[in-house]
Amino acid sequence: MQGLGDGYFVIPYTLGHYLAADKLEPVTTDHEAFAEAEDVAVGRLRKLLAVKGEKTVMQLHQELGKVMWDNVGMARDEASLTAALERIPKIRDEFWQNIRVPGTAAGVNKSLESAGRLADYLELAELIARDALQRAESCGCHFRLESQTPDGEALRDDENYSHVAAWEVTAAGTFELHKEPLAFENVKLAQRSYK
Amino acid sequence: MAKMTLNLVVWRQADANAAGRMVEYVVRDASPDMSFLEMLDVLNEDLIKRGEEPIAFDSDCREGICGSCGVVIDGVPHGPEPGTTVCQLHLRHFRDGETVAVEPWRAASFPVQKDLVVDRSALDRIMAAGGYVSFNAGGAPDGNAVPISKSKADAAFDVAACIGCGACVAACKNASAALFTAAKISHLALLPQGAAEREQRVLRMVAQHDKEGFGACSNEGECQAVCPKEISIAAIARMHREVMHATVCSR
Ligand code: FES
Repeated sequence: MQGLGDGYFVIPYTLGHYLAADKLEPVTTDHEAFAEAEDVAVGRLRKLLAVKGEKTVMQLHQELGKVMWDNVGMARDEASLTAALERIPKIRDEFWQNIRVPGTAAGVNKSLESAGRLADYLELAELIARDALQRAESCGCHFRLESQTPDGEALRDDENYSHVAAWEVTAAGTFELHKEPLAFENVKLAQRSYK
Repeated sequence: MAKMTLNLVVWRQADANAAGRMVEYVVRDASPDMSFLEMLDVLNEDLIKRGEEPIAFDSDCREGICGSCGVVIDGVPHGPEPGTTVCQLHLRHFRDGETVAVEPWRAASFPVQKDLVVDRSALDRIMAAGGYVSFNAGGAPDGNAVPISKSKADAAFDVAACIGCGACVAACKNASAALFTAAKISHLALLPQGAAEREQRVLRMVAQHDKEGFGACSNEGECQAVCPKEISIAAIARMHREVMHATVCSR
């Protein structure tokens, strides 16, 4: 549910461990990368506040959540994922043309905070759906209805999907797939049991 | 169930430096099955559509486990239901047509940032002063690999239930964070994993508590009465014993 409807994720333990176990050098804000990042962030906040449209963040968040819940849940198939991929960019367009974010960028602005998170989620949602569509096998919590054993369990397809998918967003805004192959030297792949 | 109307009187304050005031709002067609925060969501949607600023309040999980939410309802932190955070408080506990006052936590150490949002980072700093074990805990150990008696485990669990919402501070006439601090100290004091840093932990956390400007405990018990996790002030007694242990017994 957190991944589907809320667009909310928890960082893995390894990151906390990395941060805790390393002595990190203090950093200041006068690096040019900081100035660049700050410009981008401020520009984005201004852009969100300037739309002054008709729909609230909550309305569009619910629309997106419903698309994800109905089409990109644990059980998904080509038809549902294709339908989601048609809807998500439309919601994203509407977001950037018709969102209404009250208030200013100074101080606490809960609507602006949520708008920023929804903007992220509108991209992430498409990525999730694209990757799920590309992977025609079932795999763990990704259950492609087309790929199941006779007793309804996840059916893997190691011949075609023994890779990690890394997606790159190109300058043109399209998604490009890079496959990182998985090589198993000691384990022989066989049908996994998720029971 | 029939829809209900609530007359809200809500604290509005533009930012930390602005003067605040109570503003009246009428919420119509609310469902008794809504949580108090969902009702505020509905009101906010309405305000945004009318071109007004929505009421700022904190929340995250909305299931009583994260400690983000918290407002004072008719003078009671988290409202009238015992053992319940405001995100889990449903409108069926209010009467149709009732007038309800909604305010932020009030304490000098929790400055209001906007409307119902207060800055609770003082609690984080108490945690950072010692509310942890500083060894590499690794993966989850096997069950019962470290023997802990059932009574100790239960007692530790009861205080570990603290979600750090700050209601104890809001309820206390001294604005003391003793219940919060004591819960965190007791949690680790009761378990073998906390033993190595037991003395320095309590002294550092209590010192930080005082430094943040929270008041001292005078055993009123207001904190345990509003604590959404129903943590007992017995934890505060344990904190005092831990201080004694660290300053007298272990020297
Ligand atoms: S929102 Fe998490 S406890 Fe209320």
